[in-house]
Amino acid sequence: MTELARTRPESFFADRFNVTGGLLERVLGSNLLGRADDADIYLEYRVNEELQLEEGTVKKASRHVSQGAGVRALSGTRTGYAHTDDISLQNLEEAARQARAIADRAGVSGAVAVPSRGRPHDLYALAEPPLVTDLAKKLDLLRKVDGAARAADPRVKQVIASLTSEEVVTLVATASGWTVGDVRPLMRLNVTAIAEAGGKREIGAYGGGGRVAFDFFLEDGRWRRFALEAARQAVLKLGAVNAPAGTMTVVLGPGWPGILLHEAVGHGLEGDFNRKGTSAFAGRMGQKVASELVTVIDDGTIPNRRGSLNVDDEGTATGRTVLIEKGILVGYMQDRLNARLMGMAPTGNGRRESYAYPPMPRMTNTFMLGGEDEPEQIIKSVKRGLYAVTFGGGQVDITSGKFVFSASEAYLIEDGRVTAPVKGATLIGNGPDALTRVARVGRDLKLDEGVGTCGKEGQSVPVGVGLPTIRIDELTVGGTAV
Amino acid sequence: MNTDLLIGVLKRAVATGATAADGYLIEESAFGATVRLGEVETVTHSRDQRLSLRVFAGRASAGASTSDLSRESLERVVDEATSLAKVTAEDPFAGLPDPEELITGVPDLDLADASPALSPEEKIELARRCEAAALESDPRITNSEGAECHDRRARYLYATSHGFARDYATTSFGISVAPVATRNGEMQRDYWYSNARKRSRVEDPATVGRTAATRAVRRLGARKVRTVAVPVVFDPETAASLVRSIAGAASGPSLYRRASFLLDRLGTKIASPAVTIVDDALIPAGLGSRPFDGEGLSTGRTVLAREGVLESYLLDTYSARKLGMQSTHHAARDGSGVTVSTSNLMLLPGRATPSELIGSIKRGLYVTELIGFGVNNVTGDYSRGAAGLWIEDGELTYPVEEVTVAGNLLEMFQAIDAVGDDLVLRDRTAAPTLMIGRMVVAGS
Repeated sequence: MTELARTRPESFFADRFNVTGGLLERVLGSNLLGRADDADIYLEYRVNEELQLEEGTVKKASRHVSQGAGVRALSGTRTGYAHTDDISLQNLEEAARQARAIADRAGVSGAVAVPSRGRPHDLYALAEPPLVTDLAKKLDLLRKVDGAARAADPRVKQVIASLTSEEVVTLVATASGWTVGDVRPLMRLNVTAIAEAGGKREIGAYGGGGRVAFDFFLEDGRWRRFALEAARQAVLKLGAVNAPAGTMTVVLGPGWPGILLHEAVGHGLEGDFNRKGTSAFAGRMGQKVASELVTVIDDGTIPNRRGSLNVDDEGTATGRTVLIEKGILVGYMQDRLNARLMGMAPTGNGRRESYAYPPMPRMTNTFMLGGEDEPEQIIKSVKRGLYAVTFGGGQVDITSGKFVFSASEAYLIEDGRVTAPVKGATLIGNGPDALTRVARVGRDLKLDEGVGTCGKEGQSVPVGVGLPTIRIDELTVGGTAV
Repeated sequence: MNTDLLIGVLKRAVATGATAADGYLIEESAFGATVRLGEVETVTHSRDQRLSLRVFAGRASAGASTSDLSRESLERVVDEATSLAKVTAEDPFAGLPDPEELITGVPDLDLADASPALSPEEKIELARRCEAAALESDPRITNSEGAECHDRRARYLYATSHGFARDYATTSFGISVAPVATRNGEMQRDYWYSNARKRSRVEDPATVGRTAATRAVRRLGARKVRTVAVPVVFDPETAASLVRSIAGAASGPSLYRRASFLLDRLGTKIASPAVTIVDDALIPAGLGSRPFDGEGLSTGRTVLAREGVLESYLLDTYSARKLGMQSTHHAARDGSGVTVSTSNLMLLPGRATPSELIGSIKRGLYVTELIGFGVNNVTGDYSRGAAGLWIEDGELTYPVEEVTVAGNLLEMFQAIDAVGDDLVLRDRTAAPTLMIGRMVVAGS
């Protein structure tokens, strides 16, 4: 196996497909320049390996290769995009011709392409890239995970453990003449446990990873913690009571509950929705959209995080963008197209699922800064409410601002104490005012374990979130206990 | 079609140590155009091919896939899959279906449009007309996320190392639009679409646009309601998502993992007698139709639930053997191997009109949109965000938002008091309007 992660993107694509920077410039120059406001070519090579253990044995092992090139021409608000999975000069020329057709119709708008920003970071150089690690070591880890989850409790009857290893090589060539590449490792360990007792069955899931090497899972017994967490959650839920229904005070635990930010404000602050005026946050720059305890940041530069990137998928270095500062809306996340049309700077948030899609503004790692309160004091301050610590997915209606996120592990709070575990329930709120009711912010900011995948307009990208313990007064909890 | 290429790959697998192999090759080309506020916004052209492979080393198996169909790459993929198969465990239930079970003739399901393709300009014009109709139909429609027109042409080839190879072609064509309605600073967005195998079956773009506009405008002035347990009526779009959850719980992989609320319920009552759910792969020109499944087995009509009684699971060869049953020929290929999927899945219509259903309710919620992922496939526990219209004295009144609807899928299906007569196969999964006797609506 080629060691993708130790390669240089420029020489990788030159060696493998005979595609060099000069040639890309020629494709861009002869086909696109002078006819479009901006143009780029994106090359990608991806290898993904999945190992899955079920019923104590390795049931599934698979390896996937995908490669391709996307050519884009931008003119005014118009985007022409063509992609091919056969990287050759002839196909690149054809893709450029198709992408250009749209620009030809529009002509040049006169808006100047924004310059690139910053040099690429070096956030995830690994001594041993994910695909280099021996299969035997990976399979051994999965067996240990299975054993630990089963040993945790006799009620655990089924364990599914999977390990995904991926390496992606990218290269972007832009019309302004620069070429920038990245080599992106990504690993994820996932554990699902099913517990059974007294005719009831429940499921618990836990996992994590990032742009890390295999050894990440061995550090501090991380794999064991993941296994025990999945088992604990499954068993705990066997005894859960019906969740309450209605509006109440909700305390969110630290880490993954940061999905609240991703749904409540994150998507609404992506440049495209604001340029089009379809976001509930459109036109609210400089206004108060959260309590003064709330500062929200999107940061693509945290080393080894799942949502981090050295450069985004348009070649712009990622950055740290303050979205909300002490309650005031101060920033949007931008790609090149929307930055140009809004007269703002790109923020390194132009991302795409693969070469098959044009980029758009997306989040990286989105989190709230820690405050001053002790987490225990926050719980103590609640007379009756819900304490939610683990979540599944969430979703938002950008335009109305209504968002949901689903708690998979939650407890009642009664007279300042955490009491009975409750069944999963969806929480629903309104983005532009949910954060105005943040009454307490803990000092315990935690980033999630590295499991997030965000979907937008059919494109999935890895992301991270983070949150300290917070108290929100009045959030609607969708339980069944009236 | 690269039949020789796929057969060559399977031969190489056997020559290098695999005991058997099967593979799927998909070739597709697609076009999409979006128009926003009358201006072209994005035009995309694509051409893709993807080969996925499953190899067996005795009773152990592994998968591989690639979009790089060069000879060197294919050889490497085969070799890697064969060596991966050697590290996976022996599994007595793994293996290809028996060769004599494979389909002999491929039925013509009329899945490909023979009419001449439209030019990019003509497709852009359809999107433009769709959006224009939405924008012009009501002064409160002030903005738009755009309209899209897309088409796709694909060919699927399945082959096994025993020498079986069959293929079929499909097309699809669709238009959609997402207009935004505004009033007094409030914004509401909705969406409508029409998809079909053939362009002639796609709804008129202006009709799609006007429907989307009506849906967006009727959400203006939406408010929360008080938390209450009431009857809930699901419109056909949201009702289809409930049927999808039943299919997910009835699928083989969920069952043998014991991760399904339908485990051990075959032959028992899982829904009210008003409920019959069918999966039919052979509907001519159906969006979910397929002449054979992902393992080369003939497809047909499966009754999942008849008058409330669970009659069949949805199985591929592996999950069937594992459960001691027969495949129901619902195998589908994903990148990494074989999974189970439905074809044209529908809950059959009843006799009542939607307005009769609504008219029978004193106080309740009519749901037109669901968001979020609050469905537990193991327990059936259900809690999702909802938007819709409040029912008062049998009439739809004001719009409702920022509420959840919650219950348990088994109890919800038992409580389906009435089924509407308005089944339309708009998508691969479809249902008529459904009325559930009691659910908890959480709001203020």
